Amino acid sequence: MKDFVLMQGNQAVAEGSLAAGVKFCAGYPITPSTEVIEILAEKLPHHGGRFIQMEDELASIAAVIGASAAGKKAMTATSGPGFSLMQENIGYAAMVELPVVIYNAQRVGPSTGGATKPHQADIMQAKWGSHGDSPRIALIPGSVEEAYYFTIEAFNLAEKYMVPVIILMDELLAHMRESINLPDTSKIEIVERRKDALPPCDYQPYKIDETDIPILPPFGGEHRYNISGMIHGEDGIPDLSPDTIDACVRRINTKLEKYYNDIIIFDYEPKNGADLAIFAFGSTTRPAKGAINKAISNGVEVDLLRPITIWPFPEKELKKAAEKVDKIIVAEMNMGQTVGLVKQAVEGRAEVIQFNKVDSNHISSEELYKTIMENN
Amino acid sequence: MSKLDSYLRLDQMPHFTCPGCTHGAAWKSMIKAIDDLNFDKNKTVMVCAIGCAGRLPVYLDFPSIRTPHGRALSYATGVKLANPELNVIVFMGDGDAAAIGGNHLIHTARRNLDITAIVATNEIYGMTGGQYAPTTGEGRFASTAPYGMIENQMDVCKLVEGAGATFIARGDVYHVKELKDLIKQGISHKGFSLVEILTTCPTHFGRRNNMKKPSELVENLKDLTITKKQAEKLTEEKINNKIIRGILLQKQKPEYVETYDRLTGFQEEGGEK
Repeated sequence: MKDFVLMQGNQAVAEGSLAAGVKFCAGYPITPSTEVIEILAEKLPHHGGRFIQMEDELASIAAVIGASAAGKKAMTATSGPGFSLMQENIGYAAMVELPVVIYNAQRVGPSTGGATKPHQADIMQAKWGSHGDSPRIALIPGSVEEAYYFTIEAFNLAEKYMVPVIILMDELLAHMRESINLPDTSKIEIVERRKDALPPCDYQPYKIDETDIPILPPFGGEHRYNISGMIHGEDGIPDLSPDTIDACVRRINTKLEKYYNDIIIFDYEPKNGADLAIFAFGSTTRPAKGAINKAISNGVEVDLLRPITIWPFPEKELKKAAEKVDKIIVAEMNMGQTVGLVKQAVEGRAEVIQFNKVDSNHISSEELYKTIMENN
Repeated sequence: MSKLDSYLRLDQMPHFTCPGCTHGAAWKSMIKAIDDLNFDKNKTVMVCAIGCAGRLPVYLDFPSIRTPHGRALSYATGVKLANPELNVIVFMGDGDAAAIGGNHLIHTARRNLDITAIVATNEIYGMTGGQYAPTTGEGRFASTAPYGMIENQMDVCKLVEGAGATFIARGDVYHVKELKDLIKQGISHKGFSLVEILTTCPTHFGRRNNMKKPSELVENLKDLTITKKQAEKLTEEKINNKIIRGILLQKQKPEYVETYDRLTGFQEEGGEK
C-alpha cells in the first residue's frame, strides 16, 4: 500500500538515516541543514541511538568517526563552511577506512556566502577537500523522495565499502517540501558492516582479503587493534617505509574500482534521434527535464544524463553517451566544477557546452530550453 | 616478564622517546592505575592524537585510536556515546590538549561525560622540535620563542575547572607513586576527569632553558611542586611560586550519558519504544 507523506528535503535525510539504522549523530547548527540535527535530536534516542550537539564541525565529524570505531552507524549534517571545517577528519575516515555519512546542504559560497540560498559548488570539495589522495563516494539526490532513498543508500555504501559517503544536496532541495511515497522499510535492503573477522590471534585490521575492504570489528569486542591516520601496515601500526606507503596509498585509492558498477547510479535512457544531451544533477534535474520535454514537443529530441553518484565520477556512462550524441550541455549552479570532468570523460567524442548560473536563482527550464535551441 | 608487560605491544619496542624523556614514567603510572582497577583490556579504549604523547597507543595493547591533532577528546566523545560501557581514556600532550584541541577540552569538561583526560605537560612541542606551547612559562625559551616566551602561561587545571570538570588532579613524574593514585582516582571518577602530569623534555625544553641534564629537570619538579596540604600552610605569596599537586577538585554531578538516557527515555534497539 502506498503511503504518501508531505516531507521536507532535510526531513527526508533525517528519516532516511533512521531507516538505514543510524545510531549516532553529532552536529553543529548551520543553515540550511539544521533541521536534520533537530529531527535526529528528538528521534534518535527512541531508535536506540544518541545525538549530541558539539562545539564546532571539527568536533562533530570527529565524534561521528569515534562512534563508527565503536561499531555504530554514524552521521553528521552540515553546509559549506562546516563542510570545509570537516575536511581533515573526512580524509582521516577515508584513510583509516571507517564508514561515516556526511550530509552537506550546499549553500551559496565562497566563505560565508549566503546561508539561505543554493549553489552546487562543493562538488570538487567533496572529493578533494582534504590533503592527500583518498577515496570518497558522493551522491546527489534530485528530489525529496530521492533524498530519502539515497540517504539509505549512502549508509549502505559506507558500511559495505568502509569509506566516507557524502550526500550532496542544496538549499533548494533541503528546504523543499513535497509529497513522497514512503516505502515499507522492512523491504529496503539495509547493509551492515562485515563481522567475519579472523579470530584475534590471526587478526590484523588492514590485512585485506580478496574483497580489498578491511574488516574493523567494533571497539569493545575481542579484537584489540590500533587505528591510525599515519601510514600504517597491515597491523595498523605506523610504518613509513616506502613499500608500506605505496601499498597503503594505492590500496585505499583503488579499492572502490572493482565495485564501480555497484556504486555508480546514473540516470540515462537514450532516446532515438537525440543528438544533444543535458548533463544535470540535484535540484537542476527537474528544470532539465522540463526543458527536454518542451524541446521534444517542438520536435527536438534531447537526452538527459543525470549522475546520482557524482564520486566516483561516472566516466564510463558519459563515454557511452558521447558515442551517441554530438553535444552535451553541462548545467550546474557553480562556475563550472563538473564540466571539466565531463570533457575528460568524453575525450572529444562530443562537444561539451558549459552552462553556469551562480546568482542563487535555480536554473530555469526556460533558459535551458533556450540553450538547447541555440545548440540544435 | 613483568606483570605490566601484558599491557604492552612488546613487538613495538624499543619505543621512540628520547633518552631522558619522562613520558615513560607517565605511561607506567597510567598502566599501573589501570592494572590496579582490574579493567578488562578489551573494554578500555585508548584515544590519542599527535605529538610525542600521541604516539602512546602504538605501544599499548588496548583498542586504540590515534586521531588528527587536537581532536582526541571529540573522538572519545563519539566512542563513549556509542558504547557507554567502555572505559575511555584520552592521553594528550599539552599542545594537543590546550592549543589546537583547547576548544574541545573546554566543552568536554563542561559536558561531564564519563571519560578521563590525561594531559602530559612539558611546556614544549617536542615532536616538531621545541616550539612553545600555551603552557610554556613566561620568559622560557623555545625555538619559536628565541627571545623568551611573551604570552601568559595557561593553567590547564584552572581552565577545565572553569569549564565545569568534576575531577581535577595534578601529579608529576618525580612523585610517581602519588601520580598512579591520582590517575586511578581520576579514572574511577564518574564524570569528566582531568589529570595533568608534569613531565620533562630534556631534548627541547631543558636544552634551551639551562637544564641540560634530564635529572635536573626532574629534580626541579621536586622543588617546584607542593602538595595541597603543604599549600594550605603557606602564604599566598609563597604559593605563587609553587605548583600544587594532588586532587584539586572533586565533586559529584550527574554524568552526561546517565542524564541523556534519563531525559530522552533512551531505549536500546529492541527495547520498548
